Amino acid sequence: MEPSNPNANKISPFLLVIVMITLVLALAFIYMGLQAYLGDKFEDGSLNLTLGMALLAISTYLLFQTKRRPLKKGLEIQPLNTTVLCQKCGFKNVREFQRGDYVFKQIGDPCPKCSEKTLSISAVFREVKEKTKRSIMD
Amino acid sequence: MLTLQQVSQLGLGQDSVGGWIMQIVFYGIFVIFMFYGQRIQVYIMIREVAGSLLKLKMMRDEARKVAIGAINEIGKPQTDPTAQVDRFLEYFALTPVDLDPSGIIWRLEHLLDVQDTRFKDDIKLMAPQADDIQINNLENTLEVALGLNIIYKVIRHFYLLGKKTLSLYVIMQVQMVLPMIMKEAEAYSSAIKAFQMGQPIGDGAGALVAAKLMRDYEKTKVEKDMVVAKVPIEGRTAYVLKAEGPGGNVGKPGEAIKQIMEQNEGKISLAILIDAAGKLEGEKTGEVAEGVGVVIGGPEVDKYKVEETALKYKVPVLAVAIKEDIGEAIAPMRKEIFDAVDGAIDRIKRVIRERTKEGDLVIIAGIGNSIGIGQ
Repeated sequence: MEPSNPNANKISPFLLVIVMITLVLALAFIYMGLQAYLGDKFEDGSLNLTLGMALLAISTYLLFQTKRRPLKKGLEIQPLNTTVLCQKCGFKNVREFQRGDYVFKQIGDPCPKCSEKTLSISAVFREVKEKTKRSIMD
Repeated sequence: MLTLQQVSQLGLGQDSVGGWIMQIVFYGIFVIFMFYGQRIQVYIMIREVAGSLLKLKMMRDEARKVAIGAINEIGKPQTDPTAQVDRFLEYFALTPVDLDPSGIIWRLEHLLDVQDTRFKDDIKLMAPQADDIQINNLENTLEVALGLNIIYKVIRHFYLLGKKTLSLYVIMQVQMVLPMIMKEAEAYSSAIKAFQMGQPIGDGAGALVAAKLMRDYEKTKVEKDMVVAKVPIEGRTAYVLKAEGPGGNVGKPGEAIKQIMEQNEGKISLAILIDAAGKLEGEKTGEVAEGVGVVIGGPEVDKYKVEETALKYKVPVLAVAIKEDIGEAIAPMRKEIFDAVDGAIDRIKRVIRERTKEGDLVIIAGIGNSIGIGQ
């Protein structure tokens, strides 16, 4: 299991202040731009609106950047399954992997179906559920 | 209170105060980027490398912890093995002189043998209660921790050098290859648990093919750490070989194939080698492909031996590859790879039918780590 990072969702107060200032400035410029448009000052209006939108984009970007993602130490590993198969009657049992399991290991226990001591491990693997997404690469 | 008119005057009009300020700011930014653009880029790159370095440090520390835990659990040492593990993690091996390449393979093989013996002896001292299988698994576990330590130290070297010199070209070297290095490190990090628990890994696909073929037949041990069985397939006799499992072990398939060819005085009609092979992005995991040549990875000593002996006796060497990426090769075996083994066996049988006559002798070598795979 991956231990959770205590700093995962902490936002730096300094950055938060910068984000807030940028956001307020962005809204102010957008407001001034709209006012200029309403007053038929189209040049002033478009300049203010452009700057307002740019500041809004910067503040949104900064907000997403400040939210730190938890550090992953490796690939996520799915649980491993061990398949136990009776060589005589074909009885099959799939269980979680246990230390000491290996492919073709003879298990001394009698088969629950035919009671013969012919149980062995036929497979050990992990199943990965991948999101299927159609793309031009298929 | 400011009137709407006054507020608008602060904005960005051609005649407004804001407009002048914006022009000055614009020219200021232009001048800053002209003189300090590269420096800013260096700082951004250093920050990016620092993030990855932190991640690598966590992976390295975790791997070290897992290795120490495994030694304590399995080996039951009388004293704390931490100092020995730390010494092991600093281990290095030098490659032989290549200025005069004549005989380099034999010198490299000797060095690899010395390294293997040294590792096993160290692990026996660290974990006195461990049996041979557990020693092999612990060796693999410690090798992963060693690999992560080396990656961490190399990246740290370039990071500190970049910070010290503030040279774009120093930091760029590592920043450009960082995604590939991180992918490899993540794969190592995930693999350590598999080695510790003795789980079959993706690289064992070739060994699993051989294990399935030789399962019900008598096996004999051959040099080094290899098992071989004589198996009748499609009316031919196949020498099926793999590294001895279920401990983590790749054996010396090159030496074993050489011995079999020499024992049969070259009367081998065909040699087929099966191994996990690196897939390209876009290829499916578990795809089976055929080719010509010796499909053995690693330091190429075994590959050289097979090529030399095959050339001496004019034995055709074919390859069957099961596709997977680096992460899948050292992580616990995926179902797709396990299922691909049957497909690979069908291919081998078809190749044998097409390329040899009844009564011929063939070699089928399953290459790869036999961890978690018996025979």
